[in-house]
Amino acid sequence: MTKTYVGKADAANAMETLNVIGRGTPRIDGLDKLTGAAEYVDDMDFGPGLLHAAVVESPHGYARIIGIDAAAAEALPGVIKVVTGKDFPFTFGMYMKDRYIFAQDIVRFAGEQVAAVIARDARTAKKAAALVEVEYEVLDPLLDPLKALADDAVLIHPDLGSYEHVPWFFPKENTNIAHWRKTRRGDLEAGFAEADVVLEDEYTVPRYAHCAIEPHVVVARLDGARRLTLWTASQSPFTQRDVFAQALAPLGFSHQDIRVVTPYVGGGFGGKAGVSMEIIGAALATVVQGRPVKVRWTREQEFKNTYQRQGVIARIKLGARKDGTFTAIEHDLYWDAGAYVEYGANVVNAAGLSATGPYRIPAIKIDSLCVYTNLPPGGPYRGFGYSEFHFGLESHITRMAHALGMDPVELRKKNAIVEGDLLAYGEPMNPSGLIEAIDKTAAAIDWGVAETSDDPNVAVGKGLCLFWKAPAMPPNASSASFLKFNEDGSINITVSGMELGQGYLTVMAQVASEILTVPPAKIRVETPDTDRNPYEWQTVASHVTWSCGNAVAAAALEAREKIFKVVHDARGYEEGSLYLEDQQVKCDTDPDFAMALSDFVIGGIQMPDGTFRGGPIVASGKFMPEFTSALSDPETSQGGHPNVHYTVGAAGVIIEVDKDTGKIHVKKAALAVDVGKAINPVLIEGQITGGLLQGLATVLYEDMRFDAGGRLLNPTFTDYKIPTSKDVPDEIIPIIIETPQPDGPFGARGVGEHTMIAAAPVIGDAVADAVGVRLKDMPITAERVAMALVSGRTDET
Amino acid sequence: MKHTIEMKVNGEAWVIDVSPAESLLEVLREKVGVKSPKIGCERGDCGSCTILYDGKTIRACLALGVEADGHEVTTLEGIGHDGLTTLQEKMVEMSSFQCGFCAPGVVLSAHELLQHEPHPTAGQVQEAISGNLCRCTGYDSIVDAVLEAARIGPRAVS
Repeated sequence: MTKTYVGKADAANAMETLNVIGRGTPRIDGLDKLTGAAEYVDDMDFGPGLLHAAVVESPHGYARIIGIDAAAAEALPGVIKVVTGKDFPFTFGMYMKDRYIFAQDIVRFAGEQVAAVIARDARTAKKAAALVEVEYEVLDPLLDPLKALADDAVLIHPDLGSYEHVPWFFPKENTNIAHWRKTRRGDLEAGFAEADVVLEDEYTVPRYAHCAIEPHVVVARLDGARRLTLWTASQSPFTQRDVFAQALAPLGFSHQDIRVVTPYVGGGFGGKAGVSMEIIGAALATVVQGRPVKVRWTREQEFKNTYQRQGVIARIKLGARKDGTFTAIEHDLYWDAGAYVEYGANVVNAAGLSATGPYRIPAIKIDSLCVYTNLPPGGPYRGFGYSEFHFGLESHITRMAHALGMDPVELRKKNAIVEGDLLAYGEPMNPSGLIEAIDKTAAAIDWGVAETSDDPNVAVGKGLCLFWKAPAMPPNASSASFLKFNEDGSINITVSGMELGQGYLTVMAQVASEILTVPPAKIRVETPDTDRNPYEWQTVASHVTWSCGNAVAAAALEAREKIFKVVHDARGYEEGSLYLEDQQVKCDTDPDFAMALSDFVIGGIQMPDGTFRGGPIVASGKFMPEFTSALSDPETSQGGHPNVHYTVGAAGVIIEVDKDTGKIHVKKAALAVDVGKAINPVLIEGQITGGLLQGLATVLYEDMRFDAGGRLLNPTFTDYKIPTSKDVPDEIIPIIIETPQPDGPFGARGVGEHTMIAAAPVIGDAVADAVGVRLKDMPITAERVAMALVSGRTDET
Repeated sequence: MKHTIEMKVNGEAWVIDVSPAESLLEVLREKVGVKSPKIGCERGDCGSCTILYDGKTIRACLALGVEADGHEVTTLEGIGHDGLTTLQEKMVEMSSFQCGFCAPGVVLSAHELLQHEPHPTAGQVQEAISGNLCRCTGYDSIVDAVLEAARIGPRAVS
């Protein structure tokens, strides 16, 4: 029988049969969410003392602040205080400190916070904010990253050279380049020289909004003892505490003075990672000591002033031999990173390390440039750079297949990366079921079988693309877990990953359940409170199943050891002969022995003389990857080990295109992803259906539009359309591949983001297949397809 | 200027002072303390604040508190008088939701459908919940649970 390793490849803990892992255990938060019991930040009560803040925003993309007159606002009854940048001349940022809590002398994007009004009620705060008069000298905004790269471009951050940043960023002083990730491996010139076909082109991807249905919200209170507590809708309670502590250090705060509590979160998708608007709450609380103050973003602010997915212009040059073997790739990515890149520069970095896609290519040159523009701050969004660069890359690979006269799936299989192949940064690829994913996806959409419609006005097309993604994390990002038993043998686990909807709490319960044989329904996993729960870096990068799963497994294993020791101490059985089954301790050498966990996990085991052995079973676990390093040659990215592993897969679609209107209808979508081990297949299917639809929307209709001043034109769900229940594919086929990740809990690796990455290029390919038009700019809207057909474009496909 | 309204919320009578500008959503969340209707967009786009108003779904952000005088409001907290409805049970069992923020609105829209159409098609379910935006699930897991609940039918009340 195959053994499944529990945590880090630890043979001693291998389990032969799995009872909970691999089952579609119902979500342990299901009842909370189906009864209204689930509490989100905005649902929490803070009593009649709660204050409300409204923010004064810049109406300009780029302007100098000449003066601020708050007299009229301050005079409004009910207003407690008006604060401006002068009150908080402190910088903040996660990977690079390039932001101020409020704009100082310059506003760098439309929507940026210039001042805030704190009032007794939200309506008064909003009214007063409109009375704050800000005089601006309007400047010409830089909205195009290529223009921002020009020699004579205005410097959006003249002080770039002085900003504190992580060691793996390389800002270029006296330019608008906040970070430049260069990856070089092999002989590029020779690679292109030996190619029979070299294909070069450019692709563009606009900005996108996360659109979690819950807007950002923070309640912050500085109490009389100068303890600062924040309740935030966040993916990152511990990282937030760290950023707050650093930003407010000039006011005397350190980590021990700050507590971040995060209850359920109404969707994140990267938008609630790090710190964005929450810094305003943290600052405002310090000026109204003793009173809680709430800042809740409106939907419009949600669009304008959180993180946005960055736009990118990608230039790709790919070389291949006649037989399809890739010889060289040059991939230049110019990111429209926005006004502040404290988080977004790491998106640029991640793409710069991986923009080969999941392919074996011997000669590589990647330049990924993080360019400041006067648009809202770019940042993390499901896929973290990979959703962005896969559109161009995968479109390009299909076109290379056509140029070579090869089947696009065959070309992909020929070059698909397998275990041991060298990654762009020179380390070997982890175990991967990519070939299996390609085959199963191709079979699911009957690849190679042409389909037609009975309607002569409808063209049918197919596409199949690959994807990959690694978590982008600092090399020492870690997870920790506390576990305690209760009298009835139930368990409470505290962790600090966030339940964003992905099912994290359920998966953590399953991991502990498998090891301790306590059913998931008897395990509570608690949402974070930085005072009480142990450390977690952030819930991003699709890494918590893997990383925190390892931490929970470690805690469960420690609890099991303690349980066995108590039984050994009280009853004398060898610890190695004891095992757990159905919430009881049993013994290999004494088949008659069985002791229920509930008999002793709190009160211990009674001895013949009336004394007790044992006591409450409590345990902890942690996980940190100890093999990663961000130290590498800045000119080549060789020499480090920045990524822990890659998750790979494939997506395929069958679409119908209306030749008159250009409207695209997705009839069938199949998505195969190598999850290592499916801890909960139902939750993975949820990631596939949800992520795929989110990705399809980015290619079919979502699009952020800005005017010449850098102002967002469509900051509502009326004008920025996200899918409804009527916009789903007719059929979705989820395909789970399981090639174990040796250092994952039960072999699992992450899956959350990956499901949206290939959606965009696969539609581009299917449109080209259906109507012979290759669209190289996202989104591929009905209008653009129809216009291309009307204009008689016959681009190569 | 304050108005005094009388309304029933989840079967309980309330007498509340409201200002003319307060939305019904604000009144429910802040003055009645019913928190399942969520604030998602405050302009009728997202459906997170869906409630049953005299038995029909409306968006509480688009109604004024003063309008609710003499009316009856039911929220997620009030639909399962003696435990969960079959619909809620199936949605729990089938892990229909992810973040859960849209769930209170979606459940009420689906509940209303099942009141009028006990055996809906998948298309009818999609139509009924099409005013409730969900960014997480891709909707299939929700539609499947509504169809399953319809197949089983409402629990017999003893």
